[in-house]
Order: sequence, then structure tokens, then C-alpha cells
Amino acid sequence: MILPPPTNSGREEKSAPDAAPGVPGFSTWQGVYIFVFVSFIFVVAALAWFTRFFA
Amino acid sequence: MNSLDWLVLLFTIIGIAAYGTWRTRHTDHLDTYLMGDRSTRWGTIGISVMATQASAITFLSIPGQGFENGLGFVQNYFGLPLALIIICVVFLPIYRRLGVYTAYEYLGQRFDQKTRLLGAGLFLLQRGLAAGVTIYAPAIILASVLGWRLDLTIISTGLVVIVYTVTGGSAAVSLTQKWQMGVIFAGMFTAFFILLARLPTGLGFSEAAHVAGALGKLSAVDFSFDPSKRYTFWTGIFGGLFLSLSYFGTDQSQVSRYIGGASLRDSRLGLMFNAVLKIPMQFGILLLGVLVFVFYQFQPAPLFYNQVEWSHATAGPAGDPLRALEAKHAALHQSKQAKIHTWLAVRTAGDDAGERAARTAMVTANAATEAVRQEAKAALLAANSRAQTKDSDYVFIGFILEQLPHGVIGLLIAVMIAAALGSKASELNALATTSTIDLWRHFRPLAAHDEARNVRVAKWFTAVWGVIAISFALFAGFSENLIEAINIIGSIFYGVVLGLFLVAFFLPRVGGTSVFWAALAAQTLVIVLYNTLSISYLWYNLIGCAACMLFSLGLEFLRPTPAAAARA
Repeated sequence: MILPPPTNSGREEKSAPDAAPGVPGFSTWQGVYIFVFVSFIFVVAALAWFTRFFA
Repeated sequence: MNSLDWLVLLFTIIGIAAYGTWRTRHTDHLDTYLMGDRSTRWGTIGISVMATQASAITFLSIPGQGFENGLGFVQNYFGLPLALIIICVVFLPIYRRLGVYTAYEYLGQRFDQKTRLLGAGLFLLQRGLAAGVTIYAPAIILASVLGWRLDLTIISTGLVVIVYTVTGGSAAVSLTQKWQMGVIFAGMFTAFFILLARLPTGLGFSEAAHVAGALGKLSAVDFSFDPSKRYTFWTGIFGGLFLSLSYFGTDQSQVSRYIGGASLRDSRLGLMFNAVLKIPMQFGILLLGVLVFVFYQFQPAPLFYNQVEWSHATAGPAGDPLRALEAKHAALHQSKQAKIHTWLAVRTAGDDAGERAARTAMVTANAATEAVRQEAKAALLAANSRAQTKDSDYVFIGFILEQLPHGVIGLLIAVMIAAALGSKASELNALATTSTIDLWRHFRPLAAHDEARNVRVAKWFTAVWGVIAISFALFAGFSENLIEAINIIGSIFYGVVLGLFLVAFFLPRVGGTSVFWAALAAQTLVIVLYNTLSISYLWYNLIGCAACMLFSLGLEFLRPTPAAAARA
């Protein structure tokens, strides 16, 4: 008897990808991503200021 | 190093190895050996993703980057937060939904087996090369501390890594990474405060930063469009985005860190943890290197920071001219110190015209000492064509050995070696996972049903990749700064691999045959361009990815449709 190649059945994700993030202050994942993006803009602006101030 | 340092060093290294081995001694399932158990929470995932990227190289090489070139390297990470958001939205839900071991399994399901093998093969090639560099990093420390030959040090430390990885497995790496990151942060803060304390009286952080800024070390953001500049805002945003997308989204050493999370939520939050903290962390490590630069402006500074290499050279027939250069550098360095003090005094007095003149004199003096350093490197190379003239990786370790108290020296060196072993084990485990799942199980589907044999094969692959990594490490000495060497290797291959995945996600009409040949053509193009152009290596991530996608579309358009083929 020839066995089929092993599969990964049983390890598949069960939860929905758009489920609430469960982070205080954030009801959707979009909110988390916007927060991370704004943090990034703030860090780049701070670095640009740092460059000019100490030049 | 004294006996206290050695005690701390050996206790920490042996303790971590023993801990990992003991905790994973019953690993007899492939799932556990390759992925750890699937109950990891977001905090552990976040630290594990960070620790996998931040190995000993982070501690050795990035301060050296800061010392040599200033803060500009931080721009390399500007694309990272954006890339991690894209991975959370697009890549991660697909990997989790399919329950794959490796990212390349997805290519097999979306396209065909030859495309899966191509993706896995490109990963194995580039990660196998990069794995050599991560063995090279701790070997530099030991060579510097003990005066051993670098090649023998690479071989001996590499063998230790292989034994630890094969016996301990991936689960041990995850467990120890929490410790490693905690101690690494503690070490960074200790070094930072000791540095500030060792600066001359009256020179606080602000004045030190002004000295560094005046000497061109604090340019963190550069909006220039010059394509020959290695690090600008634009290379960081575009090249860095594609590099990070490839590294975090398609490199198995990272993918295995987050797809094994307890849930999709945990995996996402672990990545967002890195998206927020990575740039500030890299900035802090680079700033440490800049502060070491300022520190040496007020101390007698070595002409060449790789003291082992320098001692060998000065003891040889070319010793006299090298010692003459050393004396010349010492005199110029002393003169520069006086000019820095003058500039600080004039600046404090508020004399604008005097400040400009003093600044020019200080910058000129700095250029003069730098010119002597370049002369020394040329003289080293003339004396020995195999001499390693890149000394920035030795700056921070030299500072640790000379300036930190005993006990702390041993701890910091142990941290670097332990972190290197941990990331090495993680890399070898990812290489073994891909080899086992995408190659061995693909070609031996019958034997792959034997669980115990699966684990044995995975352990064999781990050992084989360790030996290959040692072989590449022996050539890493010819590369540039360590962290750059890894990124250059990655950039040559990552773009095309990312292109495969982006075609899979966003171009549903493209089939396996088109994308397979497109990827081969794109990879050839990147290698040809790398050997002919002199642009920042980060651009090759974008070029490789774009070429793969465009070639795929073109080939799919040119391929005859099934109906046309039937008519022919």
C-alpha cells in the first residue's frame, strides 16, 4: 500500500482573522495598525529633529 | 580578563547549554522539535522574534557601525514597522489557516512542487551563507580575548553550537531567549551609564552629543536621493521595507518564531511588539557606539582597534613604519583633543564667529587622524595581503575589556556568546526544518510517516547545516562589517523569494511554471547587477521582487492558453 504524503491537518487556524485584538483601548486590528504606524511617524520625526539639533 | 570573569563566562555558557538540553531532553515528536509547542503567548513571541534577529552581531557590530559611520544605519530599519503590519494583514492569516510548518509549503499549495523547492532552495542557500557569519561573530570575541587564531576559533565554537543545537533543539532556544534579551538590555544600560561616567568632568550627554554631531556622527535621517549612498530615508523605507518583508515574512528562521503561537492574536501582537520597539532599540545600540567614539576623543585612542592583528603586524618586518604611523596618530589625536576643548569653550561662551572657526579646526583635525587610520590600514595590507583591515567590529569589545569592571566583563562576553549560540541554534533549526519538511518529506513521503525517523532526520540535517555554516564562516573575514555582510547576502536572495510570495498573494492568474522561470531569471538579474552596479545593496530587495513579479506577468501573458495549446 502506498501512503499519501503527510499533511498538516489538525494544525489549521480555527479563529477568525478579524476577531477583536483584545488590547485595552483597541476594538479592531485596524486601530492597532494605525497606532503602530503613528508611532513610527513619531520616531522618524524625533530622529530628524535629533539630526538637526545636534548637527 | 581575570578568574572572576572566566568563572562568570563559563558558568553562564555551560548553564544555558545545560538548561536547554535538560528542558528538551524528551523531544521525540517532530512538531515539538521543529516548532516548540503551540502554546506560545505574544510576549514570548515578541521577545523571540527580537532575539532571533538580535544576536551577538547586534552587540558587536552595530556599536562599531555607530562608531565608524554614526547613526545613519538606523534608517535600515525604517521599513520594518510597515513590513510587519503587512505581514500581520496578509501573510500571517494564510500561514495560520493552512497550518504549515514552513512558509514554502504554502508555495507548494498555491503553485506547484517545483516552485516550493525553488523557494526552499533559495532560503537554504542564503540562510546557510548567513549562518556562517553568525558563527564568525562570537569567534571574533574569543580570538580577541584569548589571542587564538580566528579560523581555529570559528571551527571550535561552531562545533559547540552544533552539539548544543542537535541535542537541545528549538524549544531550548525559545526558553533561553528570554534570559538573553533581559541580560542584553541590562548590559546595554550598564555600558551606557559607565560610558557617561567616564567622560571628562563637565561633559554630560548633551555636550557629548554636540561633539559627536559636529564630527558628523549624529546624522540619523538623510533625505538625499543619491543612489550611491548606502543608508538614506528612501533606501530605508523602500529597500528596508522589502528586506523586512522578505526576512520576517518568508525567512523560516523568523516565520517559525511566530506561526507557532497559541493563536493568531498572539502571533500578531508579538510582531506589533517588534514594530514599535525595534527602531528605538537599534537607535540605542548605535548611540552606544557613538558615545564610545566620543569617549575615545578624550582618551588615548588606538590607531587600529583589532589589537591582535596590529600586534602581529608590528612584530613583523613592517613593524617600523607601522610604529611610526602610531606615533604620528598619537600626536594628531592629542592635537585634536585640544581643538575639541577649544571648540567646547568657545561654544559655551556664545562666540559665533569663533565657534565656526574652532569647529572647522576640529573637523580638519578629525579628518587628519582618520587619514592616518586609512594609511595604517593600507600599510597593514601592504605588509600582509590577507590582513583584516576592517576594525570597527573590535571597537566595542575593546572598550568592554579595557573599561568595564571585572565580573561585568565576563558577564557581557558570556551574554554575547550565549546570544550567538541561541540565534545560531535558531537558524540551524530553521534550516533543518526546511530541509526535513520541504526536501526530505517531499522526496521520501513513505518514510516521512515514521515520527521517530522524522526527528532523527531533522537532527542530522541540523548537524550537516552546522558543518556547512562553519565552512562559510571561515571566509566571512573578507566581508565588510558583520551586520552588513548578513544584510548584503540576504538582499541578494530575499527580493526574489519575496517576489514569489507576492505573486502568490496578489496575482491569482499567474501559475507555477511562469513564476518558477520568472524567479530564476530575476535571481540571475540580481546577481549580475550586484557584480556590475555600485548602488546600495538594499535596492536589490526591491529590484529582485519587482523583477520576479514583472517577469511572472510577462511569462503568463506570453504562455499559450490551454485552448490555444490544444489547437496547436
